[in-house]
Amino acid sequence: MNIPKELKYTKTHEWVKEEEDMLLIGLTDYAQYELGDLVFLNLPEIGDDVESNEVFGDVESVKAVSDIMSPATGIVEDINQVLFDQPELINQDPYNAWLIKIKEVKEVNELMDAEAYIAFLASL
Amino acid sequence: MEKKTPLYDVHIKYNGKMVPFAGYLLPVQYETGVIKEHMAVRVNCGLFDVSHMGEIKCTGKDALENLNKLMTNDFTNMYIGQARYTMMCYSNGGIVDDLIVYKRKENEYLLVVNASNREKDFEWILSNCFNDVLFEDISDDVAQIAIQGPKAKDILCELVEESILPKRYYSANFEANIQGIDCIISKTGYTGESGYEIYLANQDAYPLWELLMKVGENYNITPCGLGARDTLRLEASMPLYGHEMSQDITPIEAGLSFAVKMNKDFIGKQAIIDKGEPSIKRVGLKVTGKGILREGVKLFIDDQEIGYVTSGTKAPYVNYPIAMAYINKTDSDIGTTLIGDVRGRTVEAEIIGLPFYKK
Repeated sequence: MNIPKELKYTKTHEWVKEEEDMLLIGLTDYAQYELGDLVFLNLPEIGDDVESNEVFGDVESVKAVSDIMSPATGIVEDINQVLFDQPELINQDPYNAWLIKIKEVKEVNELMDAEAYIAFLASL
Repeated sequence: MEKKTPLYDVHIKYNGKMVPFAGYLLPVQYETGVIKEHMAVRVNCGLFDVSHMGEIKCTGKDALENLNKLMTNDFTNMYIGQARYTMMCYSNGGIVDDLIVYKRKENEYLLVVNASNREKDFEWILSNCFNDVLFEDISDDVAQIAIQGPKAKDILCELVEESILPKRYYSANFEANIQGIDCIISKTGYTGESGYEIYLANQDAYPLWELLMKVGENYNITPCGLGARDTLRLEASMPLYGHEMSQDITPIEAGLSFAVKMNKDFIGKQAIIDKGEPSIKRVGLKVTGKGILREGVKLFIDDQEIGYVTSGTKAPYVNYPIAMAYINKTDSDIGTTLIGDVRGRTVEAEIIGLPFYKK
């Protein structure tokens, strides 16, 4: 299970990366492994509001749909369009397959560092 | 507490992602993933642990009479080794289960039922059988491996003479032996590809699996889990109990009248006659919008609810999202466009002919 040290993590298996004053959000290796082959995803539009602890999109594997939770309140600055035609990139390279970029971040949940996330996964 | 099949150690060895299913621990996929496993079956060959299925032995002078009364199909005039697909109905015409009946010899049959219905089926049979017949649930003593795909026959022929393989679809060789392992080889499957299902003793399952993996290597044989088993059967438009069939659906409504013989008496026959022409129809849907229509999704034409989805997925081989659904007969013409309500979003779909995929 790949868990890069420089990223932060949520209990709902998203990873968070700070880039300048924006946040990049993606799904962890654990999430993509549990979901299986991804075939669809739904993301918000650029300019949409996102709210911490609220669902902002979903990913669909062959077997099931899974919500993606926002760890922060802000506005969607960018979405990773490439993933719409190639959702399997999330399975292949989860830490480069970012989903959305959030700007004007007002509120961020408490996030886990890599060590805490590893411990969290072990407890599941 | 889930049970292990005789092939549990194989699943761990090949890194299966284990999940509970019908009271057993089975792999939903291996590291290959559902999509690649599905494609492997369509292009080369896949190997499945199907030991969770139920097997019921039926013997006695009145075996045939009992089967004809309990089941919708007619089992008169079967040759030794022949298999017939059938359903069992409640008195109200609803389906108890769908299953396969093999004729092993005169007055001896083998029933193969869905894992999730095995106890229910056995109880139903015991409460409704009569006269000189004995039904025995032998599921715990029978393991089953399915080998499915265009290369399945070639792989088996590395291990046995072609002459011992059943030639006709829906027939079995009950006296087969693969490299010293006694088994039943049945030319049946649940994938839409040609292939075989092998019934054998529990302790022989692991050795046979490893033998098939070894000789199958040159043919790119791939272990496949429950995920691919479901996408394959759905893509081949094969119905599944609990989805396209249930106690609330009759075999005629399910579009399975080929397995219903109205020229003999069976439990549920009168109710089916009384129900008359079905008002609903099982159809295939191709999603033209974005997303997957899954089981339970309600379907609409112009804001009017006209049906619901029974199974849905993105089909790997045909490469578009598909679904099976029950629609009001009056709205069920091929080409009809409709929408599904997917968690508040509308997703467009079109009724297309079944099967989605044919070999």
